[in-house]
Amino acid sequence: MENLVTLLVFAPLVGAVVAGLFGRRIGNVPSQAVTTGLLLLACGLSWYTFSQWTWGHMEAFTVRLAPFINIGDFQSAWSIRIDALSSTMLVVVTTVSALVHLYSWGYMAEDDSKPRFFAYLSLFTFAMLALVTAADFMQLFFGWEGVGLASYLLIGFWFRKPSANAASIKAFVVNRVGDFGFALGIMTCFWAFGTIEFAELFPQIAASAGKTWEFLGRDWPLVDLACALLFVGAMGKSAQFFLHTWLPDAMEGPTPVSALIHAATMVTAGVYMVCLLSPMFEYAPVAKQIVTLIGAVTALFAATVGLAQNDIKRVIAYSTCSQLGYMFFAAGVGAYEAAMFHLFTHAFFKALLFLGAGSVIHGMHHEQDMRRMGNLWKYLPFTYAVMTIGTIAITGMGVPGLFGFAGFYSKDTIIEAAFAAGQHSGYGLFAFVIGVFAAGLTAFYSWRLAFMTFHGTAKWGHDAHHADDHAHAHDAHAAHDDHAHDDHGHGHDHTPHESPLVMLIPLAVLAVGAIAAGFVFVEYFVGHHENEFWRGAIFTAAGNHVLHEAHNVPTWVKWAPLVVSTLGLLAAAWVYLVKEGMGARIAAQRGPLWTFLYNKWFFDELYDATFVRGARALGDLFWKGGDQKLIDGLGPDGVAAVSRAVGARTGRLQTGYVYHYAFVMLLGVAGLLTYALYQWSR
Amino acid sequence: MVSVRGDWTMTGILSLTTFLPMAGVAAILLLKVLGQSGERADNAARWIALVTTLATFALSVLLVVRFDPSNPGFQFVEEIPWFAGLSYRMGVDGISVLFVLLTAFLLPICIIASWKSVEKRVLEYMVAFLVLEVLVIGVFCALDLILFYLFFEAGLVPMFLIIGIWGGKNRVYAAFKFFLYTLLGSVLMLAAILTMIGVAGTSSIPELMTHKFAGWLQPWLWIAFFASFAVKMPMWPVHTWLPDAHVEAPTAGSVILAGILLKMGGYGFMRFSIPMFPHASDMFAPLVFALSAVAIVYTSLVAFRQTDIKKLIAYSSVAHMGFVTMGIFSGNAAGEQGAIFQMLSHGVISGALFLCVGVVYDRMHTREIAFYGGLVNRMPWYAATFMLFTMGNVGLPGTSGFVGEILTMTGVYQASTWTAFVSATGVILSAMYALTLYRRVVFGEMTNPALAQITDLDRREVLIFAPLVISTLYLGFQPDVVFNITGASVDALVGAWRAALAG
Repeated sequence: MENLVTLLVFAPLVGAVVAGLFGRRIGNVPSQAVTTGLLLLACGLSWYTFSQWTWGHMEAFTVRLAPFINIGDFQSAWSIRIDALSSTMLVVVTTVSALVHLYSWGYMAEDDSKPRFFAYLSLFTFAMLALVTAADFMQLFFGWEGVGLASYLLIGFWFRKPSANAASIKAFVVNRVGDFGFALGIMTCFWAFGTIEFAELFPQIAASAGKTWEFLGRDWPLVDLACALLFVGAMGKSAQFFLHTWLPDAMEGPTPVSALIHAATMVTAGVYMVCLLSPMFEYAPVAKQIVTLIGAVTALFAATVGLAQNDIKRVIAYSTCSQLGYMFFAAGVGAYEAAMFHLFTHAFFKALLFLGAGSVIHGMHHEQDMRRMGNLWKYLPFTYAVMTIGTIAITGMGVPGLFGFAGFYSKDTIIEAAFAAGQHSGYGLFAFVIGVFAAGLTAFYSWRLAFMTFHGTAKWGHDAHHADDHAHAHDAHAAHDDHAHDDHGHGHDHTPHESPLVMLIPLAVLAVGAIAAGFVFVEYFVGHHENEFWRGAIFTAAGNHVLHEAHNVPTWVKWAPLVVSTLGLLAAAWVYLVKEGMGARIAAQRGPLWTFLYNKWFFDELYDATFVRGARALGDLFWKGGDQKLIDGLGPDGVAAVSRAVGARTGRLQTGYVYHYAFVMLLGVAGLLTYALYQWSR
Repeated sequence: MVSVRGDWTMTGILSLTTFLPMAGVAAILLLKVLGQSGERADNAARWIALVTTLATFALSVLLVVRFDPSNPGFQFVEEIPWFAGLSYRMGVDGISVLFVLLTAFLLPICIIASWKSVEKRVLEYMVAFLVLEVLVIGVFCALDLILFYLFFEAGLVPMFLIIGIWGGKNRVYAAFKFFLYTLLGSVLMLAAILTMIGVAGTSSIPELMTHKFAGWLQPWLWIAFFASFAVKMPMWPVHTWLPDAHVEAPTAGSVILAGILLKMGGYGFMRFSIPMFPHASDMFAPLVFALSAVAIVYTSLVAFRQTDIKKLIAYSSVAHMGFVTMGIFSGNAAGEQGAIFQMLSHGVISGALFLCVGVVYDRMHTREIAFYGGLVNRMPWYAATFMLFTMGNVGLPGTSGFVGEILTMTGVYQASTWTAFVSATGVILSAMYALTLYRRVVFGEMTNPALAQITDLDRREVLIFAPLVISTLYLGFQPDVVFNITGASVDALVGAWRAALAG
């Protein structure tokens, strides 16, 4: 087993190195084959590991590969930690990654640097596997920033495009803001507990509850402080409120990247971290409240913004942001299992939605604006079918007690858990109310996307029935297509078309997941087998019965999400199907609410005005005012001005200073020797 | 003082390592005396310099291999009495031995990097570098105050020459500024050295390390040494000579300046300030923390606004040295180890970054950021190399840059959470300026027609970068190789400091 998981983790790295270093030499197809093949291998091994964990008799274990940083108590090692959490993540990461690799054969077919793309994808997968299998904070941080690097490289993959370059830097820097807190959290843990290894750290927490810790001149509750700082890292990586601004921009990357990194895996790392650190968060009541609050606000905020966006990928990006908010407030109220369950199911249906959107974009020749779509179900029937499945899954449609798609099981558990927690705390109640309300918004924006894209009248040509009349479509297309990679070879034919088989197969697999992942696994993640499944990987304090209580909520709570979702569906159908054009008219009025949502609550403008401009202004001030005027003016230049007068007279300044210097030094040495001689000769 | 005396094969290894480059100097001078000149003599000088520096590197590797990591004291000690109580004393411990290796490692790279780019006065250029190597290795090996002072100050003369003769347009101003700053520090340090010898009656560094200087005297001596080392590091606000010196220096000069000369300051703090003036070091630690934190934020922001590639990297060096100084005065093993590691890592990464600038400068003769853009289109291997070192510069885990930053921050957290907090913003700011630089130079469309024919790395350049790439990654994944060597000496340093404060 140890060898298998080692092979599993390193297989993507081998692929990345081969394709990255030798890709140009061995060619496109071998590069793609080697990365995809190794990923399929890793995926198979992950499912094997997961099945051994769930149905076999495998126990948690850790493979120690090599030492990393070891100084006194600061002990870290390169290791592979296998338990319920990591084997779940292994499955999620490698499955989506393998499918995305496969899908990219078709989606990136026209690109001129395929080996580089596949190398980055595999590199990302390796970093993500290192993250989820970490046994100490250093490796966790390594994976954490490693996925950040891969994300940066992939967002900026089309490096000729200025917007992609800007987005990639933004993603990296905003994530660094999170890592700033993360690093301080690690330091706090280290000095408070004398270790950065999880296995040594967690048993010490219970005894530290109630202790205080001095930080920035104030005393704080120790565990709360550590958890809150670590959570800042999670906020950055998982694009939570305040640190969310990079995620929508990250859509500049190729769509398979968005599916893999910015929907299914990397952005969920923050949720994973909070669940992994449940032994700490359980003793950090204030930090948990912060997590709940931020999660709930994000769920609401992102859902509202998603209502007004027109770029198909951005809608899904905000949807991701919102769903991550759900996961966080689930963890915040103590239902870590539910958070992990939603992470698991979300990976399937969100990757499905993104790859489906990619199929639409591919079929529409790189059109991403939903206002220029419509009526596509005829042309992309398969994509339409799977996107509908994904939409049903994300909106959580299902009959309580009977059957539903994946999202139904996980999201309803979260909402019920929030309700259960709401019986004891205002934060839980807040999360519950927002959770239900945002479920309605989720249904609205998700169906809005489906209707605008696949139904209604076609807006992508003068007349959808005359394929040869494509002059207008071409103009619209050219105006919007600033992708760096070349147009599709389909050249003359601008009728939307269904994607090739290699792209449809991953969609089909994910569609199966979106239907069945909830139904099959609900008992293991949050149901009857929950205890046997987690086996201590998630810690819940003695007083935390939230998951148990969640199963016994009143009937109206169980039905509330369904009712609200149906209302959302009906509203979307009314605005975008029955009264088609109503949405456009609302947007055209530019009302204050619409403007506020369309501009994403003006976060970008606010940050640009404060942080970006602030940094520029301060940089200029320090450089021109501080360095040049103040320091140099008073220091060397002032002296130089005096010496220049002297130098001008001698005219040999250029070489003179060396001799001056040597002279002074020799003088010094001479004096020193004289003095020393004098001292000893006494 | 503990020393290894049983191993006769290693007798004199330090002197040999230190002065071996003089053999190369002699050979080159012989060429000159024989009246050789022109292309053939230049080539001969290049080869002589390369062979000599490679031989020195081999010796330094041997030195590290034979070094006993479990021994915290000085090893390979040589002691030859001069006259009147003065002695020629050499020796290395865990703190200094890797700096010898770093110096000997970077020198051959500098020689190869200058192979084609330096065309005037090649003989003198090579001599200057070889002399510089002697003096710098000497700094790290000297166990006598006077010997140290000689090496420390004399090392600047070849550096002045390198900037002043082979430098850019504004070299006179830069060298002059360098000179003024350094002079101030040197004079004060000289006075302190005189006093110390007078008070302690010895110039032996190991003996001075155990000498207890009076409480009232320590702050004065500390300040005098600080003046010299702070300029060398350089620390804010005496850093303004560095960007100018870098901009004017030839590529290899920048590599040595950033890679090695800056480390002499940090080494000085660990060799002198902390063990000899423990009380003053404790007293002034908050000052150092404040200056370091300011340096990190201030110079990172300044770097963000630079339009000259070299200046930007120079400012980022100042910020990275801020991590070193705060780590040194943190007073715990994590901070000290992190500081040493950060110095070694910065030696490799900043050296490599300056070489990256050199690559495009050699081709285009400008360092204006705005001139470039879209280089990845024609220089994919260059882009990949530059990316790796940019990531090292921003401290990405997996590169050596990360280890030093996280450890120095962890170290200083114990002493001052405020310093850790402010310095941690450096990880955000470094990403800002470094990635922006990379984007402007490497990414985007290639719009400048002057760049249309620019070529990717040639074989010589690949040869230069290969060892740096390997070092950056290897140290990033296996930093313990460094800590195993430095561990015992650092523990001794920290232990002695704590004991001195307690006693």
